Amino acid sequence: MASSSRTPVEDTIREKITAELKKRDATVSKLEIHNDSHLHAHHKAMEDSTSGETHFRVVLVSDAFESPEYAKKLARHRFINGLLKEDMKREGGIHALQLLTLTPKEEEERTRAKEAAA
Amino acid sequence: MLSRSILSRQFRQTASATASLVSRPASSSLSSTPAFQSFFRATVAQRRLLSDTTRQAITKAVASAPVVLFMKGTPETPQCGFSRASIQILGLQGVDPEKFAAFNVLEDSELREGIKEFSDWPTIPQLYVDKEFIGGCDIIVSMHQSGELAKLLEEKKVLAVEEGEGKKE
Repeated sequence: MASSSRTPVEDTIREKITAELKKRDATVSKLEIHNDSHLHAHHKAMEDSTSGETHFRVVLVSDAFESPEYAKKLARHRFINGLLKEDMKREGGIHALQLLTLTPKEEEERTRAKEAAA
Repeated sequence: MLSRSILSRQFRQTASATASLVSRPASSSLSSTPAFQSFFRATVAQRRLLSDTTRQAITKAVASAPVVLFMKGTPETPQCGFSRASIQILGLQGVDPEKFAAFNVLEDSELREGIKEFSDWPTIPQLYVDKEFIGGCDIIVSMHQSGELAKLLEEKKVLAVEEGEGKKE
């Protein structure tokens, strides 16, 4: 459970995204949650922070983004930001959230482009 | 990076000239007294309400230039890696300094919270082009890589005139 977890914020992110996509009958082909907080621990804004869970990078690949309403990255980001609204607003909550949101097809293209560049 | 240094100088002027527009109404003398601030912090519900003065100030800021970036720090000394990346991309794209304004949200706590509410976007930096919210750092980077940003900036005619096409300074 989240209460005994050492990564309660990460768990919350995973739970909220997974639950919402399940509700929408959408696939989750990839959900990576990287905690980059240690990279920012010395930042001025983190001076009073005791949380080790402030900076996250989320990679989400889902067919939910194939819907025309999610054609734009802005709409995809708003969708995830909306799910995590309270967690970001809360004092000492999520301070930074990097998002990479792709459809399975876009991920494939991305991988292919990367391989071609390598 | 030549374009960057030219931008910076102009950025500072534009930013400081337009920033006063915002900071004046956004931080009245009342809001800067310690008592008011602690009251403000304590009243969470109130804090989430965007006051009319703040909204007006932000609306003005958004309209102050064709390209507007709300960031942490200044274009020459960004105080956050995401703000730094965003400003560098605008520099690389060749945004005309005269068509650009940057607002340092760290200078004004009401602007800092207000802009999140205004854009319905939880983080800084935030980019506006032609009064339209474009997105945060990840979106700026991804649009930069895909060529969408170059296309948008060109369509909006906010790029600096290239050398040799006239207009010398």
